[in-house]
Amino acid sequence: MRMGIPRQPSCCLSLVGSVLSIALVVLTLELAGSSSSSAIPAFARKYDLPCSACHEAWPKLNTFGQTFKDNGYQLMNKHDSPIWQNPSYWPVTFRITPNFHRESTNRVAIDQAGGAEQKVTNQGFDLSGLDILTGGTLYNNISFLVTPSADNTGAFHFESAWVRFDNLAKSPWLNVKAGKFELDNIISEKRMMTLSNKGGSFQLYHFVPVGDSNTFAQIGDNQLGVELSGHSLDSRRRYSVAVLSSNDGNVNLPSNSYSTFVTASQAFDTGKLGVDRVGVYLFAGEAPTFSLTSGSTPVVGRGNKSFHREGAFGLFYLKKLDFTLYYQHGWDSAFFGTSTPADGTPLPTGAQAPTWNGGFIETHYTLNPQLFFLQRSEWVRMSRQALATNPSNLGDIDAYTAGFRWYPFMFSRAGFAFHNEYSIVRQKGTSPAGLNLTASSVLFGFDFAF
Amino acid sequence: MHMKSMKGPLFMSMTVLLALPVVSAAQTTEDQQRQQMGMESHVGKLTGRAKDGQKAYERYCIGCHGALGDGTGENAQWMEPRPRNFTRGVFRCRSTPTGTLPTDEDVYDTIARGLLDSNMPQWRPLSKQERADLVAYVKHFSTRYATEKPGAPIEIPAEPEVTADRIKAGQASFQRLQCWKCHGVEGRGNGPSADSLTDDQNMPIKPFNFHDENSFKCGSSDRDLYKIFMTGLDGSPMPSYADTVKPDEAWNLVFYLRTMQPMHSKAKTIAKQLGLKPVNPEPADGQD
Repeated sequence: MRMGIPRQPSCCLSLVGSVLSIALVVLTLELAGSSSSSAIPAFARKYDLPCSACHEAWPKLNTFGQTFKDNGYQLMNKHDSPIWQNPSYWPVTFRITPNFHRESTNRVAIDQAGGAEQKVTNQGFDLSGLDILTGGTLYNNISFLVTPSADNTGAFHFESAWVRFDNLAKSPWLNVKAGKFELDNIISEKRMMTLSNKGGSFQLYHFVPVGDSNTFAQIGDNQLGVELSGHSLDSRRRYSVAVLSSNDGNVNLPSNSYSTFVTASQAFDTGKLGVDRVGVYLFAGEAPTFSLTSGSTPVVGRGNKSFHREGAFGLFYLKKLDFTLYYQHGWDSAFFGTSTPADGTPLPTGAQAPTWNGGFIETHYTLNPQLFFLQRSEWVRMSRQALATNPSNLGDIDAYTAGFRWYPFMFSRAGFAFHNEYSIVRQKGTSPAGLNLTASSVLFGFDFAF
Repeated sequence: MHMKSMKGPLFMSMTVLLALPVVSAAQTTEDQQRQQMGMESHVGKLTGRAKDGQKAYERYCIGCHGALGDGTGENAQWMEPRPRNFTRGVFRCRSTPTGTLPTDEDVYDTIARGLLDSNMPQWRPLSKQERADLVAYVKHFSTRYATEKPGAPIEIPAEPEVTADRIKAGQASFQRLQCWKCHGVEGRGNGPSADSLTDDQNMPIKPFNFHDENSFKCGSSDRDLYKIFMTGLDGSPMPSYADTVKPDEAWNLVFYLRTMQPMHSKAKTIAKQLGLKPVNPEPADGQD
C-alpha cells in the first residue's frame, strides 16, 4: 500500500518527518510480525523449505537445522540425491555484507609522532569478504561443501573443501568427512550472529597468550584433516573425533605433526522452554615450534611441542530467550609460551607453560524469526604466565558485543538482514608501550545471501 | 457513448457480485479457523494448544502448507506431490477407519516421521511439546474437527508367525484384490493403472514401489503396513480393504509384500526358497 505523503510546498517538514516516522514504525512492525526466515538459499531452493525451518535466525541453526547438517545436508526423505533436482539447479550461494563501520583503538604507535601512542578512529563505507558457498549432496549419503572465500580486496582462498560419507553401515552414528572443514563446534563461529571487526569472532576461539608462538590451535579456524562423527536420529546426542594436521588449515604449510578435536554433547527436551544442550570438547596435539627453511622458504616443521584446550558448553532456552555458555581452559608448552624453538635452544630462566581460563555468555532474544537481539560478554584470564616476570594479568581480555538483526522481508530463495552491532574489546598490557589496549567497532550492514 | 460509459460500472457490479461468494467463503474459513484457535491435541501426557503451535507453524510449515493451511504456500507450486490441504481434514496416515478423522497421535507421528517420497521431512528434532502444539494448530484449520471426533483406532491382532503358506496366500490376495493393477505384478509401482492415478486434488500420484524402500509413507513396521491397507490412505487411490479382507488375510498380504522389499527378512528367505514368481495378471480360467 502506498503511503500518502503530501507534496504541497506549504507542508511543513516536521509533518513530513512525523508521517515518515510513523510509516517507518508501522512498516517495521508490519514486517517484523510476519513469518518465516532466511537460510543458505541453495538448500532452500533444493528442498522448498522456508529458511526459518533450519535457522533460529539466519545464520544460527535451530535443532532441525543441526539435524539437517548432521545428516550431511540431507532431509533423508529419499529426495536427497541431486538426480531429484531439476538439472538447472545450481547448489551455490553467495554471501556478502556491504556496510558502514567505525573502528577505534585507544593506543596506536604513530610513526609521524616518533612512535608515540595515539588514539586512532576511522570510519566509512566498506565491504565484507565474500563467501561462495557451494554444498549439498553428490549422491545419496555423499555430501560436500566447497567455500571459495575472498577477503574484502578479492583475494581468494578455500575456506572449506570437504567430502563426507554419511550414514555408513546405514547408521547415523558413522559418518566420515575429509578435507578442510570447520571443527565440530555446536557454537559455530561460522554461523555467529556478529560481524564487526572486533565482535565478529569469539576471542577464545583464537586466543594466543602474549609472547606465545602457537598459532596452530585456533578452534575457530577451519582445519585440514579427517573427522568421524555420529548422532542420534534427532541429533539430541552427538559426537565427533577429528584427526588434523597441525597447520591451522593452511595448505602447503609443511607440518609433520597432528592434533585432535573431540567433542560430545547431549540435548534435552525441556517441554515448553525448548531443547537445551550441554557438551564437552578437547583440542589437543602437537605443533612445530620452528621450521627448517630452504631459500627462506619453510620446508618442514620441527621441534614439535604439545598444547591443549578443553572445556564445556551449553545452550539453554527459555522460550524466546536463549543463552549460549562456553568455558575453556588452555595450556601451551613453555616453548610456545616463550616463542623458543625446540632446536636445542634453552628455555628462558623460569619459563613455564602458560595457562588460562575463559568463557563467554551470549544471550539472544528472538522476538520472531525476523527480529533478533543479541549480546555477548566474554572474558579471558591468564592463570599462569610463561614468564613469571610478566604481570599476572598480561593479555587478559574483556570483550562485549551487542546488536540486532532485522530481516525485513521473508522469502525462501534469498536471505537479507539489516545488521547493527557495537563491540568493544579491552586487553591488558598489549599496547605497543605495554599499556592497556581498548578497541571498538560499530557496524551497520546489509548482510545478504542469494 | 452512453452505453460505453455504462459498461464500466455494470462490469464492476457483476464482478463484485460474482466475487462475493468467493470472498465470503474465504472469510468464513478464516473466521472459523480463528474460532478454532482454542483447539487442543492430546498425545500421551502432552496437551498441545493451537495458539502455541502457530509460531512453530509459521516457522516450519507455512512455506508449503500456506498461512490458511490450504496447501498453497509459496513453495507449493514447485512440489510434487503437493502439500496437504489441512482445511479438508483428510489425512492419509491414520490408525482410524477410512473416512474418519485421525487420532492426535496419528498426526503427531506423521509430523515426527515425515512422509517418504515427498518434501515433508522428519520433524523429529522439534521438541515433543512443539509437535503436540503443531497437531492442535493443524486441526484448527479444518471445520471437521468442530463437528466430528476422530475415529476409533482399528484393532490390530497379534502378528502371526510367517510361513510359506502365508506368503503364498498373501500372493493370492495380491492377485485377487488386483493390487498389481497399480503396484505392478512385481510391486514396482508400474501397474497398468499407474500412469492414470490422481489424488483427491486431481494431482497425478504414483503407486508405491516396494523394491525401493524398507519403509512406507506411513511407517516402517509390519503393523504399519497392516494399518495401511486396513484403513486406506484417504485422499489417495489406495482404498481401505477393511470390508473385504479379514485380519488373517491382511497379515498374509503383509508377509507377501515384505518379500518385495530390499531388506533381509524371514519372509524374503522363504520366498526365495519357494522360488516365488510374480503374479500373473491374466490367470487361466478357474484360477484366482
